Amino acid sequence: MVAPLSWLKEYVEIDVTPQELQEKLFSCGFEVEELHQVGEDISGVVVGLVETCESIPDTHLHLTTVNAGEHGTFQVCCGADNVAAGKKFPLALVGATVYATAKDHVTVEGVMTIKKGKLRGYESFGMLCSGVELGLSEDLYEGAGYNGLLVLPDDAPVGADVKPLLGLDDWLFDIAITANRPDCQSIFGIAREVAAVLGKELKEPALDFHPSDVEKEGFSVTVEDQDLCPRYIGHYVSDVRIGTSPAWMRRRLALVGMNSISNIVDITNYVLAELGQPMHAFDEDFIRGGRIVVRRARKDEVIITLDEQEYVMNENTLCICDAEGPVALAGVMGGLNSEIRDTTKAVLFESAKFMRDNIRHTSRALGKRTDASARFEKGVDEYTTVMAMKRALHLVEELGCGTVAKTHCDTNTGNSIEASPMEVSIAKVNSVLGIEVPTDEIVRIMNHLGFSPQAKGDTLHLMVPAFRTDIENYPDISEEVIRMYGYEHIVPTMLKSAAVTAGGLTLKQRTEKALKERLCAEGLYEAMHYSFFSPSDLDLLGYAEDAPERNAVRILNPINEDLSILRTTLAASMLHAIERNQKEGTISGRLFEMASRFEAKSLPLTDYPKEKETLCVGLWGPNDNFFTLKGIAESIAQFLHINFTCQAAKVSFLHPYQNAEIFCEGEKVGYLGCVGYELMRTLSLRTKAYIMELDLSLLEKYYDIPVRFAPIPKFPVEKRDLALVMRREILCAQVEEVIKDACRYVSDVALFDVYEGAPIPADKKSMAFTVTFTPGEEELTPERLDGFVHKILKKLKATLDIDLRE
Amino acid sequence: MANLFELQKKIAAVREQIETESKDLTDSKMVYEMRKVFLDKTGKVGQLMRYMKDVDPSQRAEFGKTVNELKNWALDYFGSLDEKMRKAELQRVYKSEQIDITMPAHTHVQGNLHPVTQVRNQLIDVFSGMGFEIYEGTEVENDYYNFTALNTPKDHPARDMQDTFYLSPEFVLRTQTSSAQIHVMENEKPPIKILSPGKVFRSDDDATHSPMFSQMEGLVVDKGITLGDLQGMLDVFVKKVFGQETRTRLRPSYFPFTEPSVEVDVSCFECGGTGCSFCKHTGWIEVLGAGIVNRKVLENCGIDPDVYSGLAFGIGIERVAMLKYGINNIKQLFESDLRVLNQINDR
Repeated sequence: MVAPLSWLKEYVEIDVTPQELQEKLFSCGFEVEELHQVGEDISGVVVGLVETCESIPDTHLHLTTVNAGEHGTFQVCCGADNVAAGKKFPLALVGATVYATAKDHVTVEGVMTIKKGKLRGYESFGMLCSGVELGLSEDLYEGAGYNGLLVLPDDAPVGADVKPLLGLDDWLFDIAITANRPDCQSIFGIAREVAAVLGKELKEPALDFHPSDVEKEGFSVTVEDQDLCPRYIGHYVSDVRIGTSPAWMRRRLALVGMNSISNIVDITNYVLAELGQPMHAFDEDFIRGGRIVVRRARKDEVIITLDEQEYVMNENTLCICDAEGPVALAGVMGGLNSEIRDTTKAVLFESAKFMRDNIRHTSRALGKRTDASARFEKGVDEYTTVMAMKRALHLVEELGCGTVAKTHCDTNTGNSIEASPMEVSIAKVNSVLGIEVPTDEIVRIMNHLGFSPQAKGDTLHLMVPAFRTDIENYPDISEEVIRMYGYEHIVPTMLKSAAVTAGGLTLKQRTEKALKERLCAEGLYEAMHYSFFSPSDLDLLGYAEDAPERNAVRILNPINEDLSILRTTLAASMLHAIERNQKEGTISGRLFEMASRFEAKSLPLTDYPKEKETLCVGLWGPNDNFFTLKGIAESIAQFLHINFTCQAAKVSFLHPYQNAEIFCEGEKVGYLGCVGYELMRTLSLRTKAYIMELDLSLLEKYYDIPVRFAPIPKFPVEKRDLALVMRREILCAQVEEVIKDACRYVSDVALFDVYEGAPIPADKKSMAFTVTFTPGEEELTPERLDGFVHKILKKLKATLDIDLRE
Repeated sequence: MANLFELQKKIAAVREQIETESKDLTDSKMVYEMRKVFLDKTGKVGQLMRYMKDVDPSQRAEFGKTVNELKNWALDYFGSLDEKMRKAELQRVYKSEQIDITMPAHTHVQGNLHPVTQVRNQLIDVFSGMGFEIYEGTEVENDYYNFTALNTPKDHPARDMQDTFYLSPEFVLRTQTSSAQIHVMENEKPPIKILSPGKVFRSDDDATHSPMFSQMEGLVVDKGITLGDLQGMLDVFVKKVFGQETRTRLRPSYFPFTEPSVEVDVSCFECGGTGCSFCKHTGWIEVLGAGIVNRKVLENCGIDPDVYSGLAFGIGIERVAMLKYGINNIKQLFESDLRVLNQINDR
């Protein structure tokens, strides 16, 4: 919301600097995002009186002497056609800054500093300026649009700074308005706050007008859908004389970024900027049948708007119709058929309240956003709807561009536009703040805000202005008080009335936090990836058509297709992270991510999907292999006091022979393996990568396994190394299992060597294990150990045909 | 009969021989060998005893004593010589094992928690010390919990403040962790103190916005909660996270679910509040939004707003991490570049 200082000053006396006002507005809830002077780039330009002016032979140039009062008299060369002795122009002195223009003298190309120059051998001490060179347009200053020198008034004091004279010393406040204060989406709305925060009187804009006896026979307004249009005011203006608006109005519109079109249209835009009420003017001649009907459009009804765009409406679109059909897209834009033209003789002004959500939907659905729709989306209040019509009619009279007729229609649902009474307890107002604001301060503040306060004991009687739709209860009054009283008055306390609570992490939170730390200690870095990914990632990972991973929840309005479905696996994001790292030259690394996978019970979604806590680990680099990753899995198992077993698997994107599923207590809890060569090539991976996913939601039930101390055995553990010869296809895990089964004193079986080749037969291999025996109540004597080993070897032979290596 | 004087000369000669020959010894092994030559049973000292039979019986005691003295002297002599040699030898060993202590250490690579997790843990530490429990909501949220119950009905303009990802007409990716407030208040009775960290989503993807980021919602509901309590608690938080010198400033703002609503700024920890490029010369940095829980939100959850009141705050975790560690691009937090992740190791 842009508010020019000069415009604000029309309603309130501002005796502080723009910077001070910025601070004040900030402290009461209006952040000035940008504060800048209209002529911030212009300096050193003064009123110059051309005393002599002679043309330089064979050129279009003139050699002039320019009197700049206290600054001196200068010889200046000038190429403009309207330079003439006895006239006053802006003179940029040597050292001044003005805008540089292109050859067309219109396009601004930057800011330049004026230097002493020489043209055709004639020295020039300064430059006479055009409007464009000072950043002015015809709307900002009458005459500034001329492609030549800007002519200054005859009474301009010679030598004076031109900035105040041309309005270049004005300031623009670009203010962020929070969604609860639609009443401040206007210059006058801001002025109200300025008056309150400065403690100054607020001057209301003039609203008086004098309706003639002219009446539009048989005219009527019908609002069929009052749920979308609770108030519709129409007023006729006859004897319209379309023309240009006065300079002051054009300048103000230009300052807030609106183009001047014609007096009638400018009045509607001026009221929008001034009061925040979008208005519309229909050419009366084109209102067929003399009636206005506000209704929902019929399905596929068509309207062509002012900008000659055709829109197909539906039952959710509110439109303004005459006897025959739509003449405006309510709250968004008028129709081309009833547009104000140069020939318009009478107009119907519209000031209405349309419901914000409907306008927003229409604006979104049609992809059409206008100043009016943007304003309606924020919400307008009926107090302002009524006020705006009066203001527009006043302006018609002030500009003398028409005769306000008698015909006035106000269709409403009976909503009051009067201030409404409210009573609050002063103690409660203070209870929100935690401090005692003196009652006379509260009264003073509420008075400045226009709430007509009266304090009686603890009760504060207020009249809530109709435009303050945000005020509902005493906390709202607390906020009004403190934002004006100052938040610096709040005294910090430490929950002084609150009960003590235990606080802290749950078992699950503690476990997962510690697990993350454990993984860091294993050399892994934690990653965080988006919760959504691309459908193409499902193909990248080669999931089968009926794989559960393909059952992903879709985002209805994704940013793009690559971020359009919720993750059903964390592997894709991890692979892309590895891909990016390798592209950046990080050829080895370790990452993990703990995040949710989303599992829909049904699609489209009718209930919350399951969010399954999942751990994904990714390793890459020449020093890692399947077993480094398996080691991490075992570290996790050890941490959780559980055991993992691996079984060969067929995870689609992994190496077919380095591909395993992880089981815990017979339940599949994840997978791990080496990324297959096809995927490596697709991702341009230079080094091998290994991926593991563990479903933590399945492991959560083990988080509460208690930690128990086992007494240290009385007798030392004993170890025996066994080198065994077996068929090649026998798995390590099979051997381990047999050894463990054969003797109950075996507490650990650890493979330490695998050997193939002579003298071992070609179809066989040798595996060497260290077997650890933990004694019970009796010592493990060499004789007993020999017996155990014998038993183990016998069982190995019997079950797997394994021999001791000679 | 041998003359005792003559014999004593012999004894002195042995001692002299020891003293002379030991000068050439260079290590403990040579000391040992020489000691053997003189002090073994058949050694040169022992052999002096052979002259005993030649000594006049009246002088034998004297002779024996002298030989013994020599023996004791030699024991000490070789003992100290041995010690000296061993010391010298150790010095040689030490010298031979001299290393270049500036050579690189052998390290075990440790990873880091994600910067967001590090900040999240710091925040949890601060607030769990104040009695906050941690409640983690879901990323997919019902429209009711994300908006309606938070006093943001369907037509509310505040919905425009957040571009929402819809999964169905009813379900969204939550736009704020504030939705957790409602779940907690529906299921627990005051006193309530919860902290709800988690991922949130907005349909915003440009240089300074990420479609996913993390928030941490704080909620206190009890009797007599005030704005003063909000500031007091946040003062503790910012001092612990940004340093003891940090101050807070409240200024009015708007959120549908709090009234009054405030933005909380902290004094710039780069310049201490005097103004610098880091704080855009304002001396203050915006870190979070907060306020007194709107009465309607309490009512929506079946909590009597005439008995209880509450405060709530929402912190952008990435923002805190970026401010604290000087990370200037939020996107870098989600790209898993090890060159980024290995730099951030905070406590």
